[in-house]
Parts: sequence; structure tokens; C-alpha cells
Amino acid sequence: MSATHHRTSSVPRLAVWKFASCDGCQLSLLDCEDELLAVAQALDIAYFPEATRAPIRGTYDLSLVEGSITTPHDAERIQDVRRRSRALITIGACATSGGIQALRNFADVREYASIVYARPDYIHALATSTPISDHVKVDFELRGCPIDKGQLIEVISSFLAGRKPATPSHSVCLQCKLKGNVCVMVAQGTPCLGPVTHAGCGALCPSYDRGCYGCFGPAETPNAPSLSAQLAALGMDEEALQRVYRTFNAQAEAFREESERHDE
Amino acid sequence: MTSRTISVGALARVEGEGGLEIVLRDGEVKSAALNIFEPPRFFEALMRGRAFTEAPDIAARICGICPVAYQMSAVHAMEDALGVAVTGPLRDLRRLLYCGEWIESHMLHVHMLHMPDFLGYAGGVDMARDHGDIVRRGLAIKKVGNEIMTLVGGREIHPINVRVGGFYRAPRKRELRTLAERVERALEQALQVARFVAGFDFPDCARDYVFVSLRHPDEYPFNEGRIVSSRGLDIAARDFETHFEEFHVQRSTALHARMRLCDEPYLVGPLARYALNADVLSPLAKEAAREAGLEAVCVNPYRSIIVRAVETIYALDEALRIIARYEEPDASCVAIEPRAGVGHAATEAPRGMLYHRYRLEADGTIAEAIITPPTSQNQAMIEEDLKRLTGAFLHLPEDELRHRCEQTVRNHDPCISCSTHFLRLEIDRG
Repeated sequence: MSATHHRTSSVPRLAVWKFASCDGCQLSLLDCEDELLAVAQALDIAYFPEATRAPIRGTYDLSLVEGSITTPHDAERIQDVRRRSRALITIGACATSGGIQALRNFADVREYASIVYARPDYIHALATSTPISDHVKVDFELRGCPIDKGQLIEVISSFLAGRKPATPSHSVCLQCKLKGNVCVMVAQGTPCLGPVTHAGCGALCPSYDRGCYGCFGPAETPNAPSLSAQLAALGMDEEALQRVYRTFNAQAEAFREESERHDE
Repeated sequence: MTSRTISVGALARVEGEGGLEIVLRDGEVKSAALNIFEPPRFFEALMRGRAFTEAPDIAARICGICPVAYQMSAVHAMEDALGVAVTGPLRDLRRLLYCGEWIESHMLHVHMLHMPDFLGYAGGVDMARDHGDIVRRGLAIKKVGNEIMTLVGGREIHPINVRVGGFYRAPRKRELRTLAERVERALEQALQVARFVAGFDFPDCARDYVFVSLRHPDEYPFNEGRIVSSRGLDIAARDFETHFEEFHVQRSTALHARMRLCDEPYLVGPLARYALNADVLSPLAKEAAREAGLEAVCVNPYRSIIVRAVETIYALDEALRIIARYEEPDASCVAIEPRAGVGHAATEAPRGMLYHRYRLEADGTIAEAIITPPTSQNQAMIEEDLKRLTGAFLHLPEDELRHRCEQTVRNHDPCISCSTHFLRLEIDRG
């Protein structure tokens, strides 16, 4: 009944895996409306449970991994995913830095479970949410909460061409300058994480008269303490400074360290 | 006694992780369980201590498939707590953003997740090899939904432009106008989709559903309305917890929901909305429903694909009306002063009603957050469907039976990521 096409071995096999996440980053692949069918020509989408019933079988040339490790079961499953994958690329803030659910790393997970669930004893969760690279070797990390679909296509294309992805590691601040945006922090006094945040979104928030909130995580060599001084001058108190670094990339080293500087 | 167990280890083409376990005894379905093993992320806990202004961005991350729904329920609940009303063009822009999400989410479900069941493929990409034009048409409509979200919200997944009180930046009139031509073309295509899916071979079945949805006197419900049911319930969102409750079962990291008084499972989503609101559809959407042969109340869950196509037509049609009448607001946002209070809101996510409640401290810090997503509300009814509908398929070979069970779940477009606070099929034949 189902027409399963067996491709020749020359077409690389793609797998998409999910751990703790919102499904948004893998949806980005299905959101590539113009490119999806072309991607399906160049790659055999061999395992992608959100999109197809095909079961796990054998090994994969490229694995895209979404989500963070938050349960004992997932800590084992990622090892199996690595063994099955020739190249493993993490997609998004959860897989790359633990995601919003890494806020538990700064709290007591038992207390969290008791707030949400009537029977916390039914819940099997690790005390921490950790990125995939804490568990297995990762070949490339694509940032963003969610990832940018243009960057996703670039990463897949570069894999097919055997080259390094052209995804700049400079800051959102630089993207704003390239885009010709007026600086929201200088001109309007709006707190903005652009100076310390990894590029990739196209300086989206400042383009909408909003300060960057850091959803792509830290840029290469950020100077967060210096930015914090500026944010404080704009009126943010210590609690607000801590929260601003503790969102979707709270476990990323530069953001974690800076948030800890603002502990009581 | 003959008995067997049918199990689906991991349900495909649903958002998130879950499985099914069905127990058969003497040719009857004895029990059906939808198991959710999506890892818990504890949103209601991690919201505590955050500023009210942060709620829409954090809540969006519950679900990448319907982030606008989470943002909308969050901002409306906050505005309820803070005594603020958002009206005029800003209300229209929120409705337009919601149209975008319905179009995107419904066309994803209709073409990539649900349609392969009817045409006999493992997934939409496989289906595209034989039905390329159909899949491309679906993706083209979906793309217009994403374009609406990208313009109004900044991006299609986790929009950045939504805030309590309105938006960071209101789009210019001419920016919205650029969308109109593409929305019109997508509307023509969506009319073709409704005619196409209406011709599918549907299993013959009827379920006695208790439907629950929002109802608004003048418009098909997105952002506001009273909570009504097919059994005569008619309450304000603030009374939701008086009439509905969530409970925790061991096999699931998603909470289940039920109605307190009758202890009956109920259904939210397109079938419920359509049954309770068909009279306020636009003339074009009503005509499309008639032409597709859709009855006044659709009780065959497999036919929900037609309802999604009709709702997509409505959303495109409504988007055109909003774009045509849009005047730029004086300010992109209503001014807000924090205060202590409790706020409630329910809005209509593409897959059903989504309820939020927040309690705020005097400085606007979130003291408590309660979020009841559509899939946790539908979970008990999905299990009822499996119990009552899979009996007709028991003669089928194991693999086809398993497929029917999966399809029965996919009828309701469960979003498992969001209900975790969800699937594996095991059929136990004893």
C-alpha cells in the first residue's frame, strides 16, 4: 500500500531526531516550502517521524538533532543516534545549549515537578537539561530559537558539497549595522542583547523596534560584563540583568557566567 | 478467550513523542491508551518569578507548531489581569496573525500529516513523487500563512513582535497591501483543496462527541469569546477551572482534562469549532462547506480534513478583509501599569482551545501560571475514538490495523510537545 522507494546508495540518507523541544526547529525544514521537495531529491529523508512513518533502520549519513537531554532514557538514546550517524548536526538552542528547559539547572527539579504535576513521582526527569555536545561528539551546531531556515538550507547544502557552512559567528549588532538599522539602544534607550548575541536572525528584533533578547545565544567572544554595565545604566536592576541572560540559552557558557555574576 | 495487543512504538506524523496501547479481548476493544513520553519541560514552574512582559516569548516555546496561540492566550490573560483592553487595528492585527498560523498549521496537517493516510503513503514527501502538484499547491498555501506571520510577527516560528498590550511595531498599510494578491491566489487554491479532500474515501462512522469551543456572536472564534459546549455550557473564560479540571495519569507526562460535572471526555478543535460556530463563517467559507458536502455538524473524525480545508478558506478570506480595512494605529501598543491580579484567557489554537491563567504580584512578577493545551484536553476523547472506532478494523492484517489506529489519532492533529505538561501503539490481544 505504501510506496516506499528504495534509493540507490549514492543518495545520502537524512535522519531528523527529537529530544526535549518544541518541534519548531524541525518544523523549519517543513517550512522550507520552496526548497523542501528539492531537498527530498538531493537527500533520502529516511527517518523523520514528524513527517513520515518510515521506522529507524541502519545508519544515516546526516543526522539533524533537535532538543536537549533531560531524561535518563534520552541520555542513552543520543548515544545510539551518534552510533548511527556519519555526521551529526544539532539544530537550535535546545540541542546546542539546553533550551528554556535548562532553567531547571538553576532551580530544584523536584520542586518544578511538584508545581506542574499532581504526582511528581510519576515523572522521570534529570536534574538538568544539557546540550547534545555534553553527551556525544557534535560535528556542527546551528543556533537559534528557532533556527533560521535559510541557514538550515545552507548547512544541508554545505554538507552535500562537503564544505564548511557559511554561518557567521559575529554579533547581531554587526548584522544591524550591515542592515542599516538605527541602534535601538543608542537612539531609543531600549535594552538590547545585540552586542553579545550570535548572528543568524538577520537582526530581527531591532528591525521591529525591539531590543534583541538573545535567542541565538552568545556570539564568539562576547563582552557580556560590559554590556551589563550599559543595561544597568538604562535602568535594569540585578534581578532583571540575571533574567535577561537566563532565557532560551541560559546554559550557554557566556550567558550562564554573566547571569551568575548577578546572583543576589 | 482470544486476545491480542496492538502497539505503535512511536506515532509518526504528529508533533512530539507518543505511543498507543490497545487491548483486545474476544474481538472487542477492551481499552485504549495514548501514552505520552515527551520529556516534561516544566513551563508552569519556570514562568514563576519572570516579569509579565516575558510571558508571550516564553509561552511560545511550548510549541513551535502553534506559537501564536500560546502568545495570544498569554497576552490576553495578562491584559485581563492588568485591566487593559486592546481594540481597533491592534485587535485586527492579532486576528490577522492568528489567521496566518491557522493557514500554516492546517495546510501542514492536511497535506503533510493527514493526507498521506488517505492516499496510502508513508509521508508527504513520498506522496509528492506521485502527486507533486497536490503537495506543491498545499505548500504554496502554507507559505502564504507563513508570510502573514513573518510580516505581522517578524518570523513564522516564535514571532518576536507580540507583546502584552499590542505589538512592538505595527506594520505599515502598504506592507500589508503587498500580501493581498498572494492571499487571494492562496484562497483560490484552498477552494480547490476543499473540493479535492471532499472526494476522499472516508471510513463510515459517527461519534457522539461533546464539543467545546469558543463562541463569539459576530466572528468565527480566534482570540475571544465565551466557552460553549454542544451540551449547553456557556461560560466566561475566567470560569474555565470551575467547569474543567486536569488530572495526572501514570503513563503520561501530559495532564488529561475532563469536565468536572459530567466527568465525560470532550473534544476541542476544528470539529468542535465548526459544529458550534458554522453560522458565523463567511459566506464564501459556508459555500465551500456546502459544496464539499459537509454536514451542519460533522461527527466523523476522519472528515476533519474537510473542516480544516474550510477553516483555511475562512482564515484566508478573513485575512483579506482585515488587510482591506487596516488603518495604521496611533500607537503600536497600549500603555500598561503593573498591578497585582489574576487574569484568564482562552483562544483557539488550530488544534483547539488553549486556556491560560496567571497570578501577578504588584510589580508584575508572575506568581503562578496555569496552562491547559488543546491536546491534553483531547487526549481522553482520542482514547474513546480508539476504543469505539478501531473495532471496525480488527479483521485487517496487523500492519494495516496499526495504520488505522495511527490515523485515528492523527484525525485530531495532536500536538504532543505542547501537551506535555504526550505517543507508542501497543495492541494487547491477550
